[in-house]
Amino acid sequence: MSQVTQAPLGRSPVALAPTQSVSLNINGQDHTLQIAPWTTLLDALREYLDLTGTKKGCDHGQCGACTVLVDGKRINSCLSLAVMHEDSKIQTIEGLGTEDELSPLQQAFIDHDAFQCGYCTPGQICSAQGLINEGKAKTEAQVRELMSGNVCRCGAYTNILSAVMEVLNNEGLIIEDKAWSAGATKQDIAPVEPPKK
Amino acid sequence: MSHTTDYIGKPTNRVDGPAKVLGTAKYAAEFNVPNLLYGYVVSSPIAKGKITKIDSAAVKALPGVQEVFTHENVPGFAFLDRSYKDDVAPGGSPFRPLHDAEIKYSLQPVALVVADTFELARYAASILHIEYEEEAHATELAKRIDEAFEPGRGKTGYKPPKSRGNFGKGWKQGVAHMEANYSHHAQHHNPMEMFATTVEWLGDKKLTVYDKTQGVFNSQQYISKIFGLSKEEARVISKYTGGGFGSGLRPQYQLFLAVMASLQLERSVRVSLTREQMFSFGHRPETLQHVALATAADGSLTGINHFAVAETSQFEDFTENVVGWSGTLYDCKNVELGYRLSKLDVFSPLDMRAPGAASGSIALEIAMDEMAYAAGLDPLEFRIRNYSDFDQAQNLPYSSKALRKCYAEGAAKFGWEKRTAEPGSMRDGKMLVGWGMGGGIWDASKMPATVKASLDADGHLTVSSGTNEIGTGTYTIMTQIAAESMGLPIEAVTFVLGDTTLPESPLQGGSWTAASVGNSVVEACTKLGEALLKQAQKMDHPAFKDAKIDDVQFANGQLRLRSDETQAVVLRDLVQASGESKIEAENSTVLAKLEMLKPPKYSMHAHNAVFVEVKLDPDLMTVHVTRVVNAVAAGRIINPKTARSQVLGSVVWGISSALMEESVMDHRFGRYMNHNYAEYHVPVNADIHDIDVIFVSEEDDKVNPLGIKGLGEVGLLGVAAAVTNAIYHATGKRVRDLPVTIDKLL
Repeated sequence: MSQVTQAPLGRSPVALAPTQSVSLNINGQDHTLQIAPWTTLLDALREYLDLTGTKKGCDHGQCGACTVLVDGKRINSCLSLAVMHEDSKIQTIEGLGTEDELSPLQQAFIDHDAFQCGYCTPGQICSAQGLINEGKAKTEAQVRELMSGNVCRCGAYTNILSAVMEVLNNEGLIIEDKAWSAGATKQDIAPVEPPKK
Repeated sequence: MSHTTDYIGKPTNRVDGPAKVLGTAKYAAEFNVPNLLYGYVVSSPIAKGKITKIDSAAVKALPGVQEVFTHENVPGFAFLDRSYKDDVAPGGSPFRPLHDAEIKYSLQPVALVVADTFELARYAASILHIEYEEEAHATELAKRIDEAFEPGRGKTGYKPPKSRGNFGKGWKQGVAHMEANYSHHAQHHNPMEMFATTVEWLGDKKLTVYDKTQGVFNSQQYISKIFGLSKEEARVISKYTGGGFGSGLRPQYQLFLAVMASLQLERSVRVSLTREQMFSFGHRPETLQHVALATAADGSLTGINHFAVAETSQFEDFTENVVGWSGTLYDCKNVELGYRLSKLDVFSPLDMRAPGAASGSIALEIAMDEMAYAAGLDPLEFRIRNYSDFDQAQNLPYSSKALRKCYAEGAAKFGWEKRTAEPGSMRDGKMLVGWGMGGGIWDASKMPATVKASLDADGHLTVSSGTNEIGTGTYTIMTQIAAESMGLPIEAVTFVLGDTTLPESPLQGGSWTAASVGNSVVEACTKLGEALLKQAQKMDHPAFKDAKIDDVQFANGQLRLRSDETQAVVLRDLVQASGESKIEAENSTVLAKLEMLKPPKYSMHAHNAVFVEVKLDPDLMTVHVTRVVNAVAAGRIINPKTARSQVLGSVVWGISSALMEESVMDHRFGRYMNHNYAEYHVPVNADIHDIDVIFVSEEDDKVNPLGIKGLGEVGLLGVAAAVTNAIYHATGKRVRDLPVTIDKLL
């Protein structure tokens, strides 16, 4: 038998820094929050602004579910403090499209069934938008590689690839790449006939 | 004759797609109710022992901290174990959070710190002082095989495996033999959404509970029994679930903690677990297996022996069907099966996608590959020679079985006939190429489910049932079935789920939701049709005067005579003429419940055959799964688009299981060490290449009226084994301990 101590006494708690005013520009709108300085951008969005489209999947920058665009670049919002982004333009999934006007990526994700449970989806779409903004991915293999910061536990990867490739193709950003080609840009789904009655 | 309102069998976009791509779909931790408090869980650093001291003074002194709940101040709730049992609790004594000082497993919740903000609760939890007396723990299954026992009672529905014939005799009859041990480690479901519960306190013990679950009624009955709440007081809602894979079949401890804190503080409370804490409850158990096979000169199996030992917790006997499938999938007279459990200081295992079958099929399907090589047969030809046309385990004919088509169509699509048998004989430039195959079998089940169908005066149909959407496409396929049943355009139909105020539905699991709820949707729509016909008859519509329900059809928004489709009335007009705001009907589950009591007349199963190509760099032995063809026979496919996605996901799971996934236990601490998404490896986009899904046609009018067999699990079977067999074919190295990491190949 041995003794184990969790959070040993004698270490005085860190003095709690007071909350402070933080101004954020999100999806073109200015917001001012009164939050602790260590509030992550992710928690600021979800808990203080009710922008829950941005998801928390690990809180450690390992899954990509919290991906948002800051000045057009994709970042993990869980690894960034809200207070660091007072001078930035932040774009979340809520700012990419509307019910009446889905963004090309949003429409492509629906058409290619590029999700199942939907929890990683906003992060995948923001990440794909960031990838398009970067303009680096020219081939399927590159898209796979550069979309690999976003985990999808349902395993929708081939459909995510199809969706992103379609948008890249439509924008004329793709070079043919036959290496291990998924043929994923086309979906060959035959209707299944119901049994005869 | 086809109608514009025929949707069953047609690829259809998800009806919940827009909500999911716009970020408006709300998951459990996203209901930002007013005046919300945040709970943060403190987890035990030891695997076994007891708490000797808790000093929460410093934590409670922090302004904004509302309470620190531990076993010392949580009042006793229900006394009996029975009150803590959920719908799928295995035999034993269920774990009670914050019940006493005893520590039963590492990461056990020991305290809940509740504060005004998430940031404060998290910080306060990090400084809570707790002292423990640690005792020696046992977490290593391999060292506990001698203590393994045959579980008497496990989970509801568990049947011990049944042997038949005489394996010893069969073994002696054989001219070729194989015998080997197989193992795979624990796996955690790790859905993307972490477990969370938001409890809205509505005053006077009345709660609305937003829970991450695969069954709102299971969560409701759990908290009702423990906290003495009525159904009205404990309303549970789950509109979207960010992945389940079985993890949401049992209520997880954040549900208990959030409800307890809400009732104690009379406030709204949210408790979200961390990714680390997602490793603090049920998981696919580590399983050690032994398989021995023998064949006659013609390649027919003369004996099958399959034995498995799996882990369970000290407090519950979690059972699953690991070895039983080996008595069904292939034709063999002499089958000996055994299954045992050994108790470890871990949390109880929990059903995880294709529970039991996923584990068992790894051993059986690698063993079949080894046997094929020992018998000098092609692995596909070997399986065809041992095809089972009659279920020898249940002594029943199959309701339908199109596995031969899976073999034929899968092999043709893959190009299997070009395979050369010799390991290492296929190359792509420098890369070693391996082709392997496998397959499996899963139960086609159906449970009683209640559905209500309601047509309003605008002609909009609302169909509701308290089932769940975990990503499988439930919203979409139920909408398709209802739209076709009532002959309405899909836009005029809404399917509502995930609320305990709706008609009762079983847990979302076991691959039974499409069959259970789907057939009930048809039944409810039929009853609604009868009510609408009655209304038409009231309206002095001569054509319908003597019409029975079988004489009419619902199509293109109308009620019509089958014999003369020009005799028609618009459905909306029927509701308007009734003078009511809506006409509605609910199906009865009496027959479905009676059916469950009767012995089955048929063996009802879905099957699959999967073909895999791997390429390996001969110097680095890095494995790339470059091509997969998965051919599935699962009865009628309601939506080939969402169904294909389910099987694609299953293939990714199989690749993961073969090459990556493993909860690594550090036995010195009795703790899973890789409890995060960086070190618990699952595939990312770059790991996944070509995947082809084939649904072979399989008509089945016996399994259930819609002919549905379910797809949640079957696609996973045989994938991990096929990858492993392909690696053998590429390298000549037979790895029997999964996952096949590079160190096992070098």
